[in-house]
Amino acid sequence: MSTPSASAFTATPFVGKTFGVTVKGLTKQFGRATVLHDINLEVRPGEIFCLMGPSGSGKSVLLKHIAGLERATSGEVRIGEHDAGDPDTRDKVHLALVFQAGALFNSLSVYDNLALYPREHRLCSEAGIRERVMNALSILSLEKAVKKYPSELSGGMKKRVAIARALVMEPQLLLYDEPTSELDPVMSATISEIIATLREQTAVTSIVVTHDRSLALSIADRIGIIMDGRIRALGVPDDFRQPADPAIANFLSPVIDLKNPRFKQLENSHE
Amino acid sequence: MTFLNAIIGHIGGTVLLLGRSLKHVGTLPGQSRRVIEQCYIIGFTSLPIVTILTFFIGSVLALQSGYSMENFGAKQFIGTLVGLSMVRELGPVMVAILIAGRVGSAIAAELASMKVFQEVDALETMNIPAERILVLPRLAAILVMMPPLALIGIICGWYGGALVSEYTHSISVDNAAYFAALKAYMKNRDVIDGLLKAEVFGFVIVLVCCYIGLSTRGGPREIGASVTKAVVTSLILILVLDYFVTKALL
Ligand SMILES: Nc1ncnc2c1ncn2[C@@H]1O[C@H](COP(=O)(O)OP(=O)(O)O)[C@@H](O)[C@H]1O
Ligand SMILES: [Mg+2]
Repeated sequence: MSTPSASAFTATPFVGKTFGVTVKGLTKQFGRATVLHDINLEVRPGEIFCLMGPSGSGKSVLLKHIAGLERATSGEVRIGEHDAGDPDTRDKVHLALVFQAGALFNSLSVYDNLALYPREHRLCSEAGIRERVMNALSILSLEKAVKKYPSELSGGMKKRVAIARALVMEPQLLLYDEPTSELDPVMSATISEIIATLREQTAVTSIVVTHDRSLALSIADRIGIIMDGRIRALGVPDDFRQPADPAIANFLSPVIDLKNPRFKQLENSHE
Repeated sequence: MTFLNAIIGHIGGTVLLLGRSLKHVGTLPGQSRRVIEQCYIIGFTSLPIVTILTFFIGSVLALQSGYSMENFGAKQFIGTLVGLSMVRELGPVMVAILIAGRVGSAIAAELASMKVFQEVDALETMNIPAERILVLPRLAAILVMMPPLALIGIICGWYGGALVSEYTHSISVDNAAYFAALKAYMKNRDVIDGLLKAEVFGFVIVLVCCYIGLSTRGGPREIGASVTKAVVTSLILILVLDYFVTKALL
């Protein structure tokens, strides 16, 4: 019935301000392992910032610091002028995080997952909530899943529900952790369009952790590459179409080489 | 030393959790649906096992005491003994042990899995305190359900004892004599003390199991570890608290 389309989205323009994010000298250790080394980053208000990097490079951990779910070992993270680690910041900044694995509430139906936030914060009447929820679901073509429970959904559907749940929150800062992994190319393109349209309409600052090169190159205002817990490069998309740094070129457009496969190189390097 | 530190840390953490939950007590009327749902899960679904277990505890109690009281020719007091033991001690303790095994384990498992699969993190980013919607309704539900559960348990124990006393050849104390003896030495105070005890046990079990569930770190394997820890801790606490509460009430 509904083809997914970003233009179907009619967000209530958020009244209030949008926030930039400043990361200064952020270092994070888990026990002895240092996962983030002296990260410095500035995401401007209203910008779409794509953070790319190999698996295990610390992208999710960085995002959790911004969301206030992890405490820095040293350094600081600020959202506007507020300390991201301070619990009071949540009263001042409405942020939404789309978790990598969805983090849907398993005991609630899809509808109730989306309705929880407006209900708990008493944002509007049950009819108003219904409208908001159904609107968000239709944007992600999830109308059929409305009564389902998370355990009945595929990985890709969970991800879309997680995005819909973030949309319902009408956030001022939107953090996406790999929003298009597990999605087919068309749905990935739709998500990219939604991220861009949402920013267009609400000026929401968006930080997108992704491996999706075409998403980053087409919608990002700026891109940051993180490798081994360090910022390796920062720039606009055009800087990353033909990157000079061989490590980045290899990461963004890896060439499959059967004559000299990577896993063999790894083996040799251990000897 | 580190062990002692850890225990003090956990006690502190549990008290803090209680404090953070009570801060939201004003939201309870608005959460009546959650409280009712928890009452159903905690209370109603525990009823069959509570009735069966306490019935047999009462029966065995009558059997054992009938056997030993025969020697003193004190058989006619069997109702007194079963009645008081059930109401002051065995009823509340046995129901609490059942609640620890049935409800405490389920709470720890559910909250631990919510923690491990980042549902608790999601609540945090949504600025919805987990204490408000996960802990508080469960605490309220156990406070509502524990007295009726314990009372039903106690009464089933009495009837278990009555049945055995009447139909066991060597005892043969009929129902009327049994309940007369039971009532003769039973004060309202005994019943209130018993129910109060059950209330304390239930509240502590649910609080501790919520704390242990929400403190889970790591992956799915840690969910199992948390459940074990929750049940073992609850059982120890029931027996330790039993001593102190009994002493305080006597
Ligand atoms: N809670 C944690 N405890 C210990 N190590 C962690 C924790 N979370 C992440 N790590 C480690 O931090 C590194 C970066 O993880 P992550 O940010 O999830 O990577 P990715 O860039 O793929 O999102 C990994 O080596 C991971 O093992
Ligand atoms: Mg990640």
